[in-house]
Amino acid sequence: MSDPFDDLDDLKAAIKAATPVPDAGRRAENITLAEKNFATHQETADLSRSNFDRPKTGLFRGVVSMIRTFTPRHTLTATTALVAVGLIVALPALREGVPTPGRVLEKDATAEVTSVTEERAELSGLADEVSAFAEPVIEPLIIETAPAPEFEIMEEDSFAGAATLAAPNAQRLSKQTFQPLGIVQEPAIAPETHTTEAYPETTPNPLKVTVNDPASTFSIDVDTASYALIRSTLNSGRMPAPEQVRIEEMVNYFPYDYVTPVGEVPFSTTATVIDTPWNAHTQLVHIALQGEKPVVENRPPLNLVFLIDTSGSMQDANKLPLLKQSFRLMLGQLRPEDQVAIVTYAGSAGQVLAPTPARDQATIMAALNNLHAGGSTAGQAGLQQAYATAEAMAEDGDVTRVILATDGDFNVGIHDPEQLKAFIADKRDSGTYLSVLGFGRGNLDDATMQALAQNGNGQAAYIDTLAEAQKTLVDQLSGSLFPIANDVKIQVEFNPAQIAEYRLIGYETRALNREDFNNDRVDAGEIGAGHSVTAIYEITPVDSPARLTDALRYETLAPAPKSAEYGFLRLRYKAPGKDQSQLIETPILPGGEATADMQFATAIAGFGQLLQNSTYTGDWSYGDAIALANASRGDDPFGYRTQAVGLMRLAQSLSQ
Amino acid sequence: MRMTVSDEDLAQAAAHGDAKAFSSLLHRHYDRIFALGFRMTGHRAEAEDLTQDICAALPDKIARYVPTARFTTWLYRVVVNAAHDRRRRAATHARAADGWGDWEVSRQAAISDTNAQLDWLTRAMRALPEDLRDTLALVLDDMTHAQTAEILGVSEGTISWRISEAKKHLRALKQQEDAP
Repeated sequence: MSDPFDDLDDLKAAIKAATPVPDAGRRAENITLAEKNFATHQETADLSRSNFDRPKTGLFRGVVSMIRTFTPRHTLTATTALVAVGLIVALPALREGVPTPGRVLEKDATAEVTSVTEERAELSGLADEVSAFAEPVIEPLIIETAPAPEFEIMEEDSFAGAATLAAPNAQRLSKQTFQPLGIVQEPAIAPETHTTEAYPETTPNPLKVTVNDPASTFSIDVDTASYALIRSTLNSGRMPAPEQVRIEEMVNYFPYDYVTPVGEVPFSTTATVIDTPWNAHTQLVHIALQGEKPVVENRPPLNLVFLIDTSGSMQDANKLPLLKQSFRLMLGQLRPEDQVAIVTYAGSAGQVLAPTPARDQATIMAALNNLHAGGSTAGQAGLQQAYATAEAMAEDGDVTRVILATDGDFNVGIHDPEQLKAFIADKRDSGTYLSVLGFGRGNLDDATMQALAQNGNGQAAYIDTLAEAQKTLVDQLSGSLFPIANDVKIQVEFNPAQIAEYRLIGYETRALNREDFNNDRVDAGEIGAGHSVTAIYEITPVDSPARLTDALRYETLAPAPKSAEYGFLRLRYKAPGKDQSQLIETPILPGGEATADMQFATAIAGFGQLLQNSTYTGDWSYGDAIALANASRGDDPFGYRTQAVGLMRLAQSLSQ
Repeated sequence: MRMTVSDEDLAQAAAHGDAKAFSSLLHRHYDRIFALGFRMTGHRAEAEDLTQDICAALPDKIARYVPTARFTTWLYRVVVNAAHDRRRRAATHARAADGWGDWEVSRQAAISDTNAQLDWLTRAMRALPEDLRDTLALVLDDMTHAQTAEILGVSEGTISWRISEAKKHLRALKQQEDAP
């Protein structure tokens, strides 16, 4: 027999056979992604041209070739100095991407900050202009205006160009460089903040032009953590940072009494067009979902696994002690046959209470009281054990849920929330849900909390007072623990013949792609029993003087039948335990009547925008928000709305 | 119609902002990107993710394409570097994950289970040192030694040496497995 490795042809054939065909779905997704990025890239390139005063060299060719166009004699303007600051920001990313040391050298390593009075840039290496792979030599690039680390880039070898800046670093590099200048500059000089709280990075949803972008898709959200965080910040005498404000979580914090559902569907859907309090020339589309009220007597048995963080940082009075009190309140609401187990994590994970029926209160209380804070956090191991316990407890028809209580710090190797998310999403699909309760401040990893609860089909709530524990764990026990509809997605299509522009208020962390709407594999939020969910769009009618964009002169409006509908609302949901989604469709018609509930939701949405320093609210002030909220306070049996007005007053005085 | 236009022309049009050219170029080469990705990583899921990385970054890179290089050579360089990038990141993650304990251990165990079911060639490719594997993947993809040398940024002599090394490795592996 001949040696099969002498001739590579056999091997070639074999490897061809062994190579799988790429997944068709992923292929389509990836190509779409690339096409989208291509379009974005062209826009960015255009933007960069209009922003910088520099010779137009045709297309954007990356930061290095941009610098290449400056001649050595060129005096750098302040603008270019700022561009250089942008380059510094991007440098760590560049360094990661470069395999051999010495290609990028940094003088005075990271922290040293020098202020340089003379601006100067020496550039050479214009030679190999035509080669796809050659990079110019860029020697000391010294920056004025902003104090920044001094650095130098040595010549990169012939590969760096096309390649070492491989995914996604290269993208980051070019993007950051071409952001509007003010934004670029900020990270370079931002002072270190003293807390370690982390928030998801989002910017408020921008205005969309209906003709270009008629459909808006998002997942519902019943989290309330943002409101409680804002309350705690305001109560401590500070204004919350805009990135702490998630308007949908503020609006959905409050119970509303929307239309009671009838028939098969477990929740009602209404869309009402009402007046905008902060703009006389626009209107709001108020979308309300109301889950059916639970029949508490008939509810299925509950299996709850409390996963409690007992790390050293939890010993503050507003953490572990508050948590114990909160759970005590909740125990009173459970039925005798419900089961409770407790798993802790600190250093090593441990089960401190085996599954115990709720009727055995004394045992549960004793286990709770024995919890002490100490040791470091290891969220992952504890989470695994909690899920294992939950799976052992589950019987047919039961509702099983892991309730994670933490001050938010997972000090495991999971600074990559992606991996943890994948783990939780996997468990969710096998029927165990996850809710996250946040305690305490200063160490709260809000971004991770959000990611976990959203992937675990659960609620993220932030508990700062016993009253909040009462609301989350007792008054709304049924809602947060019994899902009635999963993966609820909303898609609104606006009618360009009626609506010129629209803007979704909030739901930034919940945006979905248009194609995700019909894809049942894409996860979305759940509605619990008795929950109400509100989403608000601000819309600008075609003939309104408040339009921010002009109709294009050559824009050919589709000669669509001039329907009076403002838009069309589509909603998809899955019944618990089902894989197939169902579709609900409702037209959005003008001329709705605002109820007190809708007005209150609007007041809160306005309040949130004020806290975000939104430009869309114009002259509308905290005073107006207070007046509107007061007028629509309604029954307010739990005093939540009165409290919100108090917070508005606080924000009013703090902002002056 | 587009299919008759050369890769290089399409790439140049894409570099100048022609979205259609970019799109047809990607449709034309997607499967090749994936195939090379698979051969370099040895894992289907890894290859899918790698291809996604490349798709995300390609619009940015194509803007810097200059038609002195053959398009496939240029593209393969992008793939090879993206793959190296992923490996580096994976190594960093593995270090960060030290002390994750059981979860990671069981994940690794699951991975090695799947390995057993794979065909001999895929396993053998995985067992090769990375530089040999990259070289072999390119040569088996009908790249000449010169092109492979250009893509990997080493001399042609090195490529020839690596190929013979790779063959030695494969032979040794085969013998080891065939031995009773």
